[in-house]
Amino acid sequence: MSTKPVFFNEMYDGDAIRPAYAKVTKWFDDLGAETLALKKAEAEALFRRIGITFAVYGEGGSTERLIPFDLMPRVFTRSEWDRLERGVKQRSRALNAFLWDVYHRGEIVRSGRIPAELVYRNEAYEPAVVGINPALNIYSHIVGTDLVRTGPDEFYVLEDNCRTPSGVSYMLENREIMMRMCPELFRSARIAPVDSYPDLLRRTLHEVAPAKCEGEPTAVILTPGAFNSAYYEHSFLADQMGIDLVEGRDLFVDGDFVHMRTTRGPQRVDVIYRRIDDAFLDPLCFRPDSMLGVPGLMNVYRSGGVQICSAPGAGVADDKAIYTYVPDMVRFYLGEEPILKNVPTWRCGEADSFKYVMDHLPELVVKEVHGSGGYGMLVGPASTKAQIAEFAELIKKNPSNYIAQPTLALSTSPTFVDSGLAPRHVDLRPFCLVGKEVRLTPGGLTRVAMKEGSLVVNSSQGGGVKDTWIVAD
Amino acid sequence: MLSRTAESLYWASRYIERAESAARLLMVAYRMSLMPTAGDGHENEWASILAAAGVSQAFAATGQQPTAEAVTQYMIFDESNPSSIRNCIAAARENVRAARPSLTSDVWETLNSAYLQFLDLLQGPPARRDLFSMCEWTKASAAAVRGSFETTQLQDEGYDFFNLGCFIERADNTARLLDVKYYVLLPTIDMVGGGVDQYQWAALLRAVSARRAFHWAYKGDYSPEKIAHFLILNPICPRSLIHCCERIDHHLSRLGRAYGQRSLAGRLAAGMYGDLAENDVRRIVEDGLHEFLSDFIAQTRKLDEAVNRSYMFWGQ
Repeated sequence: MSTKPVFFNEMYDGDAIRPAYAKVTKWFDDLGAETLALKKAEAEALFRRIGITFAVYGEGGSTERLIPFDLMPRVFTRSEWDRLERGVKQRSRALNAFLWDVYHRGEIVRSGRIPAELVYRNEAYEPAVVGINPALNIYSHIVGTDLVRTGPDEFYVLEDNCRTPSGVSYMLENREIMMRMCPELFRSARIAPVDSYPDLLRRTLHEVAPAKCEGEPTAVILTPGAFNSAYYEHSFLADQMGIDLVEGRDLFVDGDFVHMRTTRGPQRVDVIYRRIDDAFLDPLCFRPDSMLGVPGLMNVYRSGGVQICSAPGAGVADDKAIYTYVPDMVRFYLGEEPILKNVPTWRCGEADSFKYVMDHLPELVVKEVHGSGGYGMLVGPASTKAQIAEFAELIKKNPSNYIAQPTLALSTSPTFVDSGLAPRHVDLRPFCLVGKEVRLTPGGLTRVAMKEGSLVVNSSQGGGVKDTWIVAD
Repeated sequence: MLSRTAESLYWASRYIERAESAARLLMVAYRMSLMPTAGDGHENEWASILAAAGVSQAFAATGQQPTAEAVTQYMIFDESNPSSIRNCIAAARENVRAARPSLTSDVWETLNSAYLQFLDLLQGPPARRDLFSMCEWTKASAAAVRGSFETTQLQDEGYDFFNLGCFIERADNTARLLDVKYYVLLPTIDMVGGGVDQYQWAALLRAVSARRAFHWAYKGDYSPEKIAHFLILNPICPRSLIHCCERIDHHLSRLGRAYGQRSLAGRLAAGMYGDLAENDVRRIVEDGLHEFLSDFIAQTRKLDEAVNRSYMFWGQ
């Protein structure tokens, strides 16, 4: 019989409310239940009117859903944040150094720190871009680092997202909604603003324009289209940055450059912030059946006529099997000690680990190496014996497809539920921008598992979101 | 501006205008049906809505008779009718969503709210979905979208494409409406200016929300000639063909100046506007009102094609 784990509640220090939470808690207390219910309804109506929805796959394609929004913000103090910021930036630099390395000499593999097979046989490793030098040698321009907390000073990185992390529109829109819902709090509490993110993103995209670009670079966002689950975010960012939102059919390759079809005729495009996967970028290079991409795009990229953000092949750095080596990357490339910890991870492909995992399934979280979105995973403590046995069979069939981690005692943050304010588990995704400088907006996306006891925060699994505040100590 | 975006803006405003036209037509038929003298006449009224909207054949294919209920249902709610108010609003929203970054959030939120309200109305009590409320709601929603567009949108090329769609659609609608009713405006031997004609004329003006405006402009009784003049050649009537052509010409000229060259569409529009400006209502009626309108509708279609070609809506 296992003892029930004790979760760190971010609002409390012992029995006392931490100063960072004091103002906001008092404000909501004074509000009263009735006004609170009104505010909640108002916020939901706003989300719907603004159109901040996401499509749910497997429900007929175009179903638009609202993500549950919790009015109670999650609060960090400036000193807590400073440490996170240093850690996230450090990790982003190391991941980019790793990416450049594995598409060039592969020093980290030669030095024996990472097995060659794990890198070069990785599904996300892209032989088509070996030897190419993207602008400033950057591959992942937007890094979304998923963090969890287990104690006052205990943070762990759950995973890195080096391709096209989504959710930043929630960081920005949640703040807009909160500023409308409780302006008094923003006047009195010193909450770090997040609204410079679109400007910083645009600056980052301009900084990585290819050498062949003449004059002011033209950057665009490439979306799969209005039926994509993250379309709102794509259009939101294009709007905020004042750049065009293009689909594959709006672009074409002519000679050494990519152009978009405009009402004035063709216009050259220098930087493409793509929100489609590598496989769909160019039917001539990757999946021939892709209707989303641009034929010939990769040739232009290879010859330095366009910069693709993130660069094709960046996915090899955020693979769940590679993840376990990120602390080694920090030491190897930067000569620094990692500021943020990894969650201890067992790679089921290794014999010893496999045995340990199979013996301890009820305590572990098992994930597919390439899985995402909370699909295809086993949360041991929350599963029945039958479910565990079923999953064990899956692992046996293809052990190297799985990793396992201990169930972390994820911190909770107070959240409004039907019965009032109650602790719910949360994670955090800040968005780090990598250009000439490494930049991090003070804030991020806090996802919250709305069901009592649940540890799964993914929106596809009923998770919600909160505004994330960084306040002066 | 991306060609695809320009196309979306153009079609978004065409659909909004189309929804509003459908609502106005339905309101007229509704008034007619309340007239004690209408007799069999009001049945024709419902059929003529279908003709003016260009969906007579599609409606006939459903096997229904053009009764008040059937036509109302078909023109407002039917998902199989591409011109139903429901489909127009959904199509306008899809287009605005596709062109989202080139529109202000005011415009998007106004249209999105309208769309959500429509969904609510569909699920709410039937009493709130009667013809009168739905038409009033449609007109108010269209006005709100256009209003937020006029007051918040940058006056750049997107502004021109959006307005082009609106006025091309409106010109087409007014011409079709007149063509369906042209016989009402023809002088006939036994015409005595009786109550039915008076009422038909008033209805025609009402369909373009111009009954009161007509009286302001002409200070007198209805006459077929005055009505034809008002709806075809009077530039102060916001739904007249000449006003629409003047606006189309205006927006295409602006685009021509911005792009440094006049397009095929621009030349066509200038021609249409010039022809109307030199025309005279007596000549139009003498040469055949129906022929004139058929020709105008055909020219509008050509103009739409030219806009597509000039601004690469169809790809390279």
